[in-house]
Amino acid sequence: MNFDDHLVVLPIVLPLAAGAAMLLLDERRHLLKAVMAVASVLVLIGIALALLRAADSQPVRVYALGGWPAPFGIVLVADRLAALMVLLTAVLGLAALAFSLARWQRAGPRFHSLLQLMLMGLNGAFLTGDLFNLFVFFELLLAASYALTLHGSGTARVRASLHYIAINLTASLLFLIGAALIYGVTGTLNMADLAVKIPGVSPDDVFLLEAGAAILGVAFLVKAGMWPLGFWLPTTYAAASAPAAAIFAILSKVGVYAVLRLWLLFFDGAHGGELLLYGGMATLAFGLIGVLASQALGRLAGFSLIVSSGTLLAVIGSGQPAATGAALFYLVVSTLGVSAFFLLIELVERAREPGADILAVTAAAFLGADEDDGPEEEVGVAIPATMALLGLSFACCGLLIAGLPPLPAFLAKVGMLGALLAPQPVPAASWALLALLSLSGLAAVIAMGRAGVRIFWATQRSVPRVRVIEMAPVALLLGLCFALTVAAGPAMRYLQDTAQALHAPRAYIEGVLGK
Amino acid sequence: MEIVLALAIGILTGSGVWLLLRPRTFQVVIGLSLLSYAVNLFIFVMGWVRGGHAPFVEPGKVVDVASFADPLPQALVLTAIVISFAMTALLLVVLLAARGLTGTDHVDGREPDE
Repeated sequence: MNFDDHLVVLPIVLPLAAGAAMLLLDERRHLLKAVMAVASVLVLIGIALALLRAADSQPVRVYALGGWPAPFGIVLVADRLAALMVLLTAVLGLAALAFSLARWQRAGPRFHSLLQLMLMGLNGAFLTGDLFNLFVFFELLLAASYALTLHGSGTARVRASLHYIAINLTASLLFLIGAALIYGVTGTLNMADLAVKIPGVSPDDVFLLEAGAAILGVAFLVKAGMWPLGFWLPTTYAAASAPAAAIFAILSKVGVYAVLRLWLLFFDGAHGGELLLYGGMATLAFGLIGVLASQALGRLAGFSLIVSSGTLLAVIGSGQPAATGAALFYLVVSTLGVSAFFLLIELVERAREPGADILAVTAAAFLGADEDDGPEEEVGVAIPATMALLGLSFACCGLLIAGLPPLPAFLAKVGMLGALLAPQPVPAASWALLALLSLSGLAAVIAMGRAGVRIFWATQRSVPRVRVIEMAPVALLLGLCFALTVAAGPAMRYLQDTAQALHAPRAYIEGVLGK
Repeated sequence: MEIVLALAIGILTGSGVWLLLRPRTFQVVIGLSLLSYAVNLFIFVMGWVRGGHAPFVEPGKVVDVASFADPLPQALVLTAIVISFAMTALLLVVLLAARGLTGTDHVDGREPDE
């Protein structure tokens, strides 16, 4: 057997096999499970890198499951975008896994299996070339995410999960209605075949097709957390355990990915661009207010994800290839940044007194009497290395989320704005988006600064016990962001190629259908 | 026949949406179940052909393909049924856990007047 031929299916098969094998092992064999999980994720990263390299030289790689050619059988398609997302998934998987080794893996049953199945669902959703198969992988990753949200148990998690599951089940039903309508009109579920058949749909059926696509879009936008469909997101992500939340950072990007891929493939960006643009801007505005209003760090991170979803949707909705390329760069960087932030929150929270996340104003009003005791205790408090490391990481996360130099989120924002302001005359919506993007950066700086002051310059605090294995994933994710700043040239080149291919899907269609 | 199916789907969807918006967790679960029945019927109907015969081709016979029901949506429905069944079971477990932890069956985990 030649492994290179089966490279495309390996990111799905490997985590499935690892996750299933770990189900058979006794719950107490933590070491064996940890070794298996780490090995699986490391191999997954290797596979993803090989896929990325292969996708760059041969843009569309098709794998026919069961040997039936498209459009009759189900195919997996690895193009540049899919390979990129698989790599991002594997990196986040490694970070979440490493973090969980310190304590979270023991907080509930079958954490490792669930994480592997989640990775399988994510990889499948990114690689599939079939609409119904996309639904199945969506359900797989959601089922794993329901269980991971509940990992560690507790009232807050169960309460948040109830909303999360109910909303996502409803969204899945919408997905089914949309897919069924599209199938009823066109008679195919293969994405490339759909792209060929949609322009030829008879005028009597066009409204059915467009209704189907719109319902499908709503299902994806619920996942992406677009306003007004994303109220569930901050609560759920804030309640989830740190490693689960770190991997959830890519969950909302699955919705963005599906919109990006199917919208450009089916309609060539012709319909609904305004909806994405204005909807994205509304999401951005909502997220901005949420970031400012958040008092708990978990909610702050959740609203940062909403800001990032809104930015992506709005910029993608503008429908320019150059802007899409920069948006993809932003997607990678913001996912890494928010994921690192979710991990960091848990470490930082250990240093804080309960109830310390009340706003400074509120604290002064309620605890004013204690202020006099402060100065004496302050004397001689040196910042130990742990706090310095945590503070540095916190500052990096803040810079990433706010999009300030020298971290690459700044480059991505400049790229997006440059592309948006390029056409003459500049559309009014682009100016509004420029204003919103700048404001969201400002809001993030204010919120992160406020939180940082309360945590790291607090007079009463204990130094948290942080293990190396917990700090390493944060350092890995932030280090990757620094690497992306240095290697911004090649990365942007790859992503601009990706965006060009998405906006001109002829190569994708011909690659899949073999014409 | 179409009108009967359309009515059935409409009634199931209407009841499902109504129950989904109710404040008690059990109503939400039943609402989601009814909605999934409606969606399953809907997918099934997408492959419906008037007089839909089973799609068997006997050897040596030339048949009119247009008279067959489309088998693909039936396969899709099977998948959808299994998935919605599993998810409903999971939601039931979460419902029970929430009832146990919060002491109420309200979807927000607390009674509105508290």
